[in-house]
Amino acid sequence: MDRRTLLKGLAGAGSLAATGGLSMPALSQGASARTLRFVPQANLANFDPIWGTQYVVRNAAALVWDTLYGLDGQLQPQRQMVESEEVSDDGLVWTFKLRPGLKFHDGEPVRSKDVVASLTRWSARDPMGLMLKAIQNELTAVDDKTFKWSLKQPYPKMLLALAKNNSPCAFIMPERIAQTDPFKQITEYVGSGPMKFAKAEWVPGAKAVFEKFADYVPRQEKASWLAGGKQMLVDRIEWVVIPDPATAAAALQNGEVDWWESPISDLVPVLKSNRNIAVDIADPLGNVGSFRMNHLYPPFNNVKARRALLMAMSQEDYMRALVGDDNSLWKPLPSFFTPDTPLYTEEGGEIMKGKRDLAAAKKLLAESGYAGEPVTCVVAQDQPITKAQGDVTADLLKQLGMNVDFVATDWGTTGTRRAQKTPPGQGGWNMFHTWHAGADCLNPAAYPAIRATGDKAWFGWPTSAPVEKEVAAWFEAKSLDEEKAAVKRLNKAAFDDVIYAPTGFFLGYTAWRKNVSGIAKGPLPFFWGVSKTA
Amino acid sequence: MLSYILRRILSTVPVMAIVALFVFSLLYIAPGDPAVVIAGDQASPADVERIRESLGLDRPFLVQFGTWVWHILHGDLGTSIFTSLPVTALIGQRIEPTLSLMVITLLLTISIAVPLGVVAAWKAGTWIDRAIMTFAVFGFSLPVFVVGYVLAYVFALQFEWLPVQGYTPLSEGVWPWLQNLILPSIALGCVYIALIARITRASMLEVLQQDYIRTARAKGLGQRGILFVHALKNAAVPIVTVIGIGIALLIGGAVVTESVFAIPGLGRLTIDAILRRDYPVIQGIVLLFSFLYVLVNLMVDVVYTLVDPRIRY
Repeated sequence: MDRRTLLKGLAGAGSLAATGGLSMPALSQGASARTLRFVPQANLANFDPIWGTQYVVRNAAALVWDTLYGLDGQLQPQRQMVESEEVSDDGLVWTFKLRPGLKFHDGEPVRSKDVVASLTRWSARDPMGLMLKAIQNELTAVDDKTFKWSLKQPYPKMLLALAKNNSPCAFIMPERIAQTDPFKQITEYVGSGPMKFAKAEWVPGAKAVFEKFADYVPRQEKASWLAGGKQMLVDRIEWVVIPDPATAAAALQNGEVDWWESPISDLVPVLKSNRNIAVDIADPLGNVGSFRMNHLYPPFNNVKARRALLMAMSQEDYMRALVGDDNSLWKPLPSFFTPDTPLYTEEGGEIMKGKRDLAAAKKLLAESGYAGEPVTCVVAQDQPITKAQGDVTADLLKQLGMNVDFVATDWGTTGTRRAQKTPPGQGGWNMFHTWHAGADCLNPAAYPAIRATGDKAWFGWPTSAPVEKEVAAWFEAKSLDEEKAAVKRLNKAAFDDVIYAPTGFFLGYTAWRKNVSGIAKGPLPFFWGVSKTA
Repeated sequence: MLSYILRRILSTVPVMAIVALFVFSLLYIAPGDPAVVIAGDQASPADVERIRESLGLDRPFLVQFGTWVWHILHGDLGTSIFTSLPVTALIGQRIEPTLSLMVITLLLTISIAVPLGVVAAWKAGTWIDRAIMTFAVFGFSLPVFVVGYVLAYVFALQFEWLPVQGYTPLSEGVWPWLQNLILPSIALGCVYIALIARITRASMLEVLQQDYIRTARAKGLGQRGILFVHALKNAAVPIVTVIGIGIALLIGGAVVTESVFAIPGLGRLTIDAILRRDYPVIQGIVLLFSFLYVLVNLMVDVVYTLVDPRIRY
């Protein structure tokens, strides 16, 4: 019996006990209904959403810091801290006015100078911010409530840049904090969001606590993702870090925690069978699985070798390795973009469809000049998603007759190794596996993995003029139709040059006790509107 | 004796220096880069490089090592790369759960294992001996996490007597503190109980065959007095040695136990730091554990003189 089987067995038995109607209350169920205990996907090890761009930091930061605009459930930017905006006819000058009543947790009002300092720090780290910075004339505070962003050329995606929920988000901090070097961590956590961060109670790796900010003035509109009225219905949120999934499942069953952000798929049937627990898809935008090939060295410096892999790979194999037999959790993805979103397209994705043609793939691989040299396939074993994908890829390469140098390692080492541009035999690599949040693959805005700027591109360093041309076309698009057309061409160009190999689209669950209500589906856990009964 | 203790304490300095150099070198050559973890998956190589520079990770080995040693000499273990909190503060946050776990486990272990070993030796060859030794084999064989999950299932999920996870500080009351430690201590103590019970049995068997035991019996001394006053005291040196060595086992086991029961102790801090390549934290914890281990060995040596007056330093 392996460890995973044992965990399932024990957790399952626990669930049976719960459904059997054990009447004794759990020890900690007497805790106040005003406190929500939440198990995050990872440990909140640092708390600077500009310096550290991990999702867990972004998720916590969304409670403490507010944004000028927020992306809603329809993926549209909506005003959040901003009351109104005005853009000049030539599209070069944006003037924004802050809404009244905004206050930081230290009691100071939010002023334009705070916004200017925050946007300056953000724009040094964020891809869209960097683009803005490159075309910026000046970013200035006109008065306490008004600020102006003057540009050298129009930037139609301004509101999206300020609203997007991809890390790093454009969070607004007090000027004194925002003046910190963007490559150094802040040490004061004062925001103007609906919850205050209780720094004294923070035990990195174990616990983070957020307390309701009494002076927060929510917008009047209904909350939708990061937009609208962020009404807090609990006074205190405790993030309890439980690294072991079986322990987290048991704690949820026992009522020691209220909401578990990311249960592993193995334990979902157990949770579903418990009458006190609700389970649902966490984020309809899901994730895009991926393996990247190094475009600098043979065999994958030849597009034929890259295309051979696309011809041979079965996304179903990858997805079943990831999510098992639950068909509601995955979809084939002949695209680089998130399914069921406005810009989704399958243009150029025919190579991923239909029966897999191993013979044709072998022929194409031979045409690429591949002559049996080792293919260094780096696979992080400590991440279930990369491990599962890596095992499938290793098998695929062997079926194609490739000489696989399977490097089993951890995620930290993968992160370092993938940055090496040296040849694969000298510390470099040919392939590695990862995944992208579907929220990052809605459009090219915050999607470095699709870029093909050669030396400056994301790991693998693809070069493709057609891809970059269409990325630029999307940024310049002034209507949804223009955006769709650009992304359609972009998707085709990305498949033609095989920027990377999408292994499929997959979803994950979230689970909570039924005395908690108001949990919304979305790319991050939204705590506003969530309430709890005793 | 006092001069011996002072000499031993002084001798820890070169030991710690060697450990420091070894740990620092090992981490320096180990693959992995904290800047990559900080920057996140979407970061560009240029961003990663800027973060490396800001953390000083691009400086030569000797400069980094020299800076670190200089800070240690000033009582500063450095600052965590990830949390920006001082390593001493992080250790301070985590040391109470780990020490609590270790102390409770140690007390539980000694109070169970030593009597079991004595009884097994006394009843050597009988079913009682075999039952105790069978238990010892199980104790050795079952991994900590298996015992932990079974205990959590039975006593937390089934009977709902104890919590599944977490830690409550002693300052919030003895019972809340203890209820979070009972299951982890039993899980962690199983191997240790088995080890000490076996050593106690073996040591007692040897002593029970000595002439002075026969003499004690001949002069009509009671069985309890023979076993626990005469025999156990003379069998104590190897037992004390194993208890000392076992503290290293406890440190290793605490890492797993703290993960299974979500106890925010030094074990979990170590794992988190290793996975994120938080070098100052790893170095600080290893130094602390090395110091504790040297200290425990010193205490064991001192205890030798108490249980065996022939030993003098």
